[in-house]
Amino acid sequence: MYSLRALRRFVQDSIGHIFQGNRYYYAWVGFLLVLIAAGAAAYLGQLRDGLIVTHMRDQVSWGFYIGNFTFLVGVAAAAIMLVIPAYVYDWEPIREITILGEVLAISALVMCLCFVMVDIGRPDRFWHIMPLVGRLNFPTSLLAWDVIVLNIYLLLNWFVVTYLLYCGYTKRHYVKAIVLPLVLFSIPMAVSIHSVTAFLFNGLAARPFWNSAILAPRFLASAFCSGPAILLVLLQILRKVTNLKIKDEAIFKVAELMAYTMGFTLFLTMAEVFKEFYSNTEHLVYTKYLWFGLQGHHTLVPYAWGSVACGLAAFLLLLIPRTRHNWVGLNIGCVLIYASVYIEKGMGLIIPGLTPDPLGEIYVYTPSATEILVAAGIFGIGFLVFTLMLKVAVPIMLGELTVTSGQPAPEADPDHLALAKH
Amino acid sequence: MVIPSFRPPSRRALALLCGWFLVGLAGVRAQDIQVPPPPFTEGLFPCTACHDGVNQKVNRTRRELTGMHSDIILKHGPDSRWCLDCHDPLNRDRLHLASGEQIEFTVSYELCGQCHGEKLRDWRAGVHGKRTGSWSGQKQYLLCVNCHNPHTPHFQALKPMPPPLRPEAIRKGGAL
Amino acid sequence: MKKIATLKSRRRFLGGAAATMAGAMATLTGCGRNEVEAFLQHNFRELSKDELRQVIARLEQDAKRKYGKEVRIGTEPAQQGVIFGYALDLSRCIGCRRCVKACVKENNPSRDPQIEWIRVLQLNKDEGVDISHADPYYNPEEVPQEGHFYMPVQCHQCRNAPCTKVCPVGATWQEPDGIVVVDYNWCIGCRYCMAACPYGARRFNWGEPAIPAAEVNPVTHYLGNRPRPKGVVEKCTFCIQRTRKGLYPACVEICPTGSRKFGNLADPKSEIRYILENKRVFIFKEDLNTKPKFFYFYGV
Repeated sequence: MYSLRALRRFVQDSIGHIFQGNRYYYAWVGFLLVLIAAGAAAYLGQLRDGLIVTHMRDQVSWGFYIGNFTFLVGVAAAAIMLVIPAYVYDWEPIREITILGEVLAISALVMCLCFVMVDIGRPDRFWHIMPLVGRLNFPTSLLAWDVIVLNIYLLLNWFVVTYLLYCGYTKRHYVKAIVLPLVLFSIPMAVSIHSVTAFLFNGLAARPFWNSAILAPRFLASAFCSGPAILLVLLQILRKVTNLKIKDEAIFKVAELMAYTMGFTLFLTMAEVFKEFYSNTEHLVYTKYLWFGLQGHHTLVPYAWGSVACGLAAFLLLLIPRTRHNWVGLNIGCVLIYASVYIEKGMGLIIPGLTPDPLGEIYVYTPSATEILVAAGIFGIGFLVFTLMLKVAVPIMLGELTVTSGQPAPEADPDHLALAKH
Repeated sequence: MVIPSFRPPSRRALALLCGWFLVGLAGVRAQDIQVPPPPFTEGLFPCTACHDGVNQKVNRTRRELTGMHSDIILKHGPDSRWCLDCHDPLNRDRLHLASGEQIEFTVSYELCGQCHGEKLRDWRAGVHGKRTGSWSGQKQYLLCVNCHNPHTPHFQALKPMPPPLRPEAIRKGGAL
Repeated sequence: MKKIATLKSRRRFLGGAAATMAGAMATLTGCGRNEVEAFLQHNFRELSKDELRQVIARLEQDAKRKYGKEVRIGTEPAQQGVIFGYALDLSRCIGCRRCVKACVKENNPSRDPQIEWIRVLQLNKDEGVDISHADPYYNPEEVPQEGHFYMPVQCHQCRNAPCTKVCPVGATWQEPDGIVVVDYNWCIGCRYCMAACPYGARRFNWGEPAIPAAEVNPVTHYLGNRPRPKGVVEKCTFCIQRTRKGLYPACVEICPTGSRKFGNLADPKSEIRYILENKRVFIFKEDLNTKPKFFYFYGV
């Protein structure tokens, strides 16, 4: 059934397929490689000189890298948002795109790991964090939890995707008893990766802005509305450039769910803001710095209001059926939601949590050129992983790439779309 | 958090008792804490070289000095304070307490402690004044006058050492 | 039933394998044996006496090469029955910053990029300890300035430390004598501890630390003031290299107004206990329940 030969062919054909494409494909991959090269060059400078090439300092010791990491954990978690309706509510139109969500999760997780690697001061000591070989401070340290759950989630997604694609490639039905439990397990895992990431912030009493009970719900809500945004845009592209059939229904349903979660996000944001301003304690300084500026420093203010404006606009666009079912409205809504949550996680979470610092000092942090280049390089890596995986996954899903393709074969069996059915 | 506590007599307290006993015997206080020698101005001690009671008669009138020692600014407490409130009129190589008892300059803290009793108590316990030595063994003590000029005891302001660099100024390849 | 290998024996095996690998790597990569051993070194708390001796020898060699000086790296353990405590008299501190500079002289922090473990805040008398009005960059002609008081802040060596809780690799922990230490060779530089510290006490080596060779203090402790590498966290250690030998920290000794007090909290006759029992003492950010061993008091 799973012969070693078939497996070898699967790997070979997959790799082979990566190198087959039209000029748009090569242009896109070329662009990503340029980004990655630029990021790598910048990172080499950082390795040589230390993190001093960033604009992080003792007063604001986490910045752009961790902001991106936090956002991307949310994207990875949200990919599973598609799983819930597909499998839990047994909603057929979404099933076929679940695998794409998982590919997105894998790409996002790869980026998360990259962002952590570039942020730590001693990447050569990365092995210290491995259990048994190093010394993992589990269960006391939330970062230790994060290492564990992120890696489990990555392995889970990677295994499910590989297994499903391999089954599609070998024209077998996947074994439900293997896939369904894992896929269902990925739902609490998705919730856990973002909750653990939220806990690592909100467990810190030293940072009153983060030390809020609703931080984890906020993370989940904003993740669930932003993660699928990328996917929706992607699905429309895939529909155009490949033979992949995705029902409008599926896209609209996901967009509707995004609207509700964005509404909830806005509500939670409002709840947070109310508590700070109404109680009016000393801890108001952080919220004030974000929304109104402090002592003449107003760097974050446009981002804070911009994020809310984008979020509100997206909420309305995706809530109202007329605009949701309009392709322009839908796509603008996706872009706005992505922008809103991206800004909120970076500028709206990390920086105000650390400004003013524990001794009251305001250091205005903005990312340096190195940080931006390295981040661009990592996004290049993520998009490249995403592209290459899709380059292999989509043909397999369409039945164009199988163990027998390239050989004279009978007419394709309609049942081969094993992924679209039970 | 402030809990007044009764502490059993320490060795220091016992030493003090012995010292007071000796006072009764010798009429002079024993030095119970190891301190550096008094920081006399060069060439001034012994004072009895001039104040021998023969060539210089004792003048107990409260006045501002115009001849010798006019360089000493006296600003210690009320305006009525003057030299012989602390310096013994009959033996200028000694100070005197309110009771009239003479003490050596080496135990001048006894005199300070008459008014600044709390400070003296803290000082003996090791919690007043510059702290050097060993926390687990012998502490190094200073005389009150090693830090506080007895004539103008108010602490002089100091020039602060430079502030830290601002984070914006910390750059690769040297500070701005 | 065969006894299951303990974690330590598993590490010994891995260590042996690692040592063999080290030799191979040294030959293959052309890296010195020192670099490979440095890469594979384990957490301080897991080293055997022999391994520790080797590590110290290697580090002293590295320091000699870098600074041209004989640097001694001690490993004095905590004394029995000792828990260090610190008290700072806010009514006496005049903000002269001599403590800051004495600490720098004693503890070998990087001069460029600048690291200072103690930060003195200038506060307003009519607002009290209100850090939203704190200024660490004051630089008048003389101190103290009218209407202000001064509050130096450094690591509080908390009994309920938030920083040791969050370290993912266990590179920072509290020693038996109460000092919170960092193993500079185990720290991965993630800076989670810096986010967790409510007193802003921790510093990071953002760049390669630079100390003029003449200013290097050669009397050091592995967990304290030995010269640090790039990319790791550091902070005040109550001058572990001095206090474990019975001396006072450098900041205590230099203070010209006698505002700093130090001693053994476990000794009922110590100065620090005298202060806690007789003076008006308060704890900075007490509501965070860090239970620090650094107290502020008003002595006058």
